[in-house]
Amino acid sequence: MRFGVVVFPGSNCDADAYYAIRDVLQQPVEYIWHQDNDLHGVDCVILPGGFSYGDYLRCGAIARFSPVMQAVEEFARQGGLVIGICNGFQILCEAHLLPGALVRNEGLRFVCKHVYLRVENTDTPFTNRCRRGEVLCIPIAHGEGRYVCDRETLQELQANNQIIFRYCDSTGALTRESNPNGSLANIAGIANERFNVMGMMPHPERACEAMLGSEDGLKIFQSIVHSALAVAR
Amino acid sequence: MPRVRVLVTLKPTLLDAQGRTVQEALHALGYGNVNQVRIGKVIEMDIADEGQSVQAQVKEMCDRLLANPVTELYEIEVLE
Repeated sequence: MRFGVVVFPGSNCDADAYYAIRDVLQQPVEYIWHQDNDLHGVDCVILPGGFSYGDYLRCGAIARFSPVMQAVEEFARQGGLVIGICNGFQILCEAHLLPGALVRNEGLRFVCKHVYLRVENTDTPFTNRCRRGEVLCIPIAHGEGRYVCDRETLQELQANNQIIFRYCDSTGALTRESNPNGSLANIAGIANERFNVMGMMPHPERACEAMLGSEDGLKIFQSIVHSALAVAR
Repeated sequence: MPRVRVLVTLKPTLLDAQGRTVQEALHALGYGNVNQVRIGKVIEMDIADEGQSVQAQVKEMCDRLLANPVTELYEIEVLE
């Protein structure tokens, strides 16, 4: 399975994602420049964390109009797998590939630490190697990660099981204290209705080796590979 | 050439964490009568008149780029 990591001016988790896919997951991966009009025939696109175009105006607001994003939108429409991590999640929301938006953390501070996530839906290409209710330990690093949407959107997300990850404590309980940024309903990651596009604020690519404190993030990338194998069969 | 000012504000239903913090600072400075501080953005631009309605054009810009309809409201003011 071939992965493509998009590089925007300001991306700074692109090399981490590339390393996690190539060296840990041992799958082919290449960088895709933000000015590119096509996705080099990859099977899964990763929009990495960091910043994009200075995140001027709003996080991801300028990036969504870049040439590569036009290709990503078309790829997503055709059912291609897209995962947006941190700034990538913000870009997917700005591009309307995912509902809602990410705004300034409730506490105003940039928060960089390991958090616990509860896997809410395992019937997706991104979580099929997890157990339902499993608690993953994955780091976050963001200043604008508070997920918001209107009431109708939240009801739809819940009704369709589109909420993929929620911030929780180490036992899996959804508490106010375990919500690092004030996200609505402790939301850490969501998917679109077709479950081929997923965005999450935590960084699974930073949690793929025991040496880094956790290997839980690898399950997300293993799920993507597994889903591709299942389709090929 | 019309100069246009766009005022972008967070929807009133959204917690404005920045506004709340500034309000607390104002209270600390003794301005206890201040409430509902909200922080937004001002975007100003010159627009060359090309026959079309400037108002309509800027509204389109707001809907596409300048504001996020999920979280923000905007007002357009044609200055001159």
